Amino acid sequence: MSGYTGGLLVILCLNIVMAYAVFLPVATGQLNLGGAAFQAVGAYTAGYLSATYDLPVVPSLLASMATGAVFAFLFSLLIMRTKSVYLVLATFAFGQFLTGVIINVDALGGSMGLSVPAHVEGWTVILFAGLAMLLTLILMQTRFGLAMRAIHDDDAVSELMGIGVRGVRIGAFTLGGALAGVAGCLYAFYFNFCDVQSFDASSSFYLLLFVLLGGTQTIWGPVIGAVFFTLVPEVFRNVLAYLPAFGHGATSGQVDTSWRFILLGMITIAMMVYRPEGILTRIGLGAIWHGVGLARRGRQGT
Amino acid sequence: MLLEVKDLDVRYDRLRAVKGVDISVGEQEIVTVLGANGAGKTTLLRAIQGVVRAARGSVRFAGEDVTTADVPSRVRKGLVLVPEGRQIFVSLTVHDNLLMGAYTRRDAGLAAEIDAIYDRFPNLGQRRDMPASVLSGGEQQMLAISRALLSKPKLMMLDEPSLGLSPLYVQRMFDLIGALNRDGLSILLVEQNTSMALATAARATLLELGTAVLAGPSGEVAASERLTSAYLGAR
Repeated sequence: MSGYTGGLLVILCLNIVMAYAVFLPVATGQLNLGGAAFQAVGAYTAGYLSATYDLPVVPSLLASMATGAVFAFLFSLLIMRTKSVYLVLATFAFGQFLTGVIINVDALGGSMGLSVPAHVEGWTVILFAGLAMLLTLILMQTRFGLAMRAIHDDDAVSELMGIGVRGVRIGAFTLGGALAGVAGCLYAFYFNFCDVQSFDASSSFYLLLFVLLGGTQTIWGPVIGAVFFTLVPEVFRNVLAYLPAFGHGATSGQVDTSWRFILLGMITIAMMVYRPEGILTRIGLGAIWHGVGLARRGRQGT
Repeated sequence: MLLEVKDLDVRYDRLRAVKGVDISVGEQEIVTVLGANGAGKTTLLRAIQGVVRAARGSVRFAGEDVTTADVPSRVRKGLVLVPEGRQIFVSLTVHDNLLMGAYTRRDAGLAAEIDAIYDRFPNLGQRRDMPASVLSGGEQQMLAISRALLSKPKLMMLDEPSLGLSPLYVQRMFDLIGALNRDGLSILLVEQNTSMALATAARATLLELGTAVLAGPSGEVAASERLTSAYLGAR
């Protein structure tokens, strides 16, 4: 696994794992704008254990999962009474707080970052992206998953049905934290380095965008959002270089590809206006399955 | 008595929404709570279900004191509230909505009960895999009641079930309440449709500004002048 395509694929897969980490609380109606902070918890747990105690990959993964879960659990207890925009602000503030702490702790490398000796190959990250998708798919079929969706629809009525709304919300937030911890560990081991800039506010923004603009109604939304927001800037990078307005014909050093983020921002705003429910909706998914069914029947007919 | 509420007070900060209300529902009895907007009817039901805390008084259900019990445990004991305004899960399928009603149950036999509901309401059965938002208002109310039934309640509390329904569905709604009651279900009914509620219920309690001002057999309450004055505000 090497080169531009391989590296891009691994980043995409890290983004997919994180998208599901953010999706789980969002699926119960809790917008999490601190996703990257929980990833940082996992990354620094694994990085510190590897750098200091030379802990191998598998126990580090478990440790990162545990710290991610514990941080998320404690934080969700704290924010359980906050709602809507205040919840979003609380998660955002938590992210800022946590990166602020990390940058001031010398044992974690401070602003210099932390070198991480243990290493995982790209295929491991790809495997975990598939695993995150599969586990979320299974989880959402369970009683617990159904309760999550019901709470997303209407928490007051969910309570009347006898659902422990608080417990389900804390559970979903904690599971998301565990997944974010795993993603952080994979990040630290794949790049052999972690620094707080990789887990800053804009990363958290992107993670929430993956989920919201991918679509929260089905479990395929996060992966679609992650693919879209990871690959579109790269496509622009390659396409813009061939347009005269952006420096086609110039030597490679002069090609101005910073326009791609402006284009991405415009696309994002357009999507919020014209398709706030996300790229993939439950009805859209139904239509796709219907189409597949028709095609299959058509083939059998001939 | 299946449900016995004594001297119940509910406060929202300094506002006393329910003041010292006594109400009871016997086995297989229909009792209705009447009163104008803001009389505290919905708050009373929410306090009985445990959604809001009682500031004073006690709630006994099926022989147990449940005054401090949480909502899930009251649902498990057989107490269920169908809230006002057809509060269904709009993005869940009809079938998943029904499953949510059985959330507190872990016994077998659920599939057969859901089939029985689809037999009773063929419109729900035909749309079982569609989002519940495609249902009409009347169908949504039937779904909300069916969903509550799947928690295997002893007592069902209905908050304004006929609100906003077409005359045809209002009739079907009261027919359904009667049928469920004949099958053994006790019902505590909050209604704006006073005449139909009094015709359906054995006993009635009239609330005014959080206080029970009149209680007795439906016939007596229906004949009382206090009933009209409670709605019209005249003394």
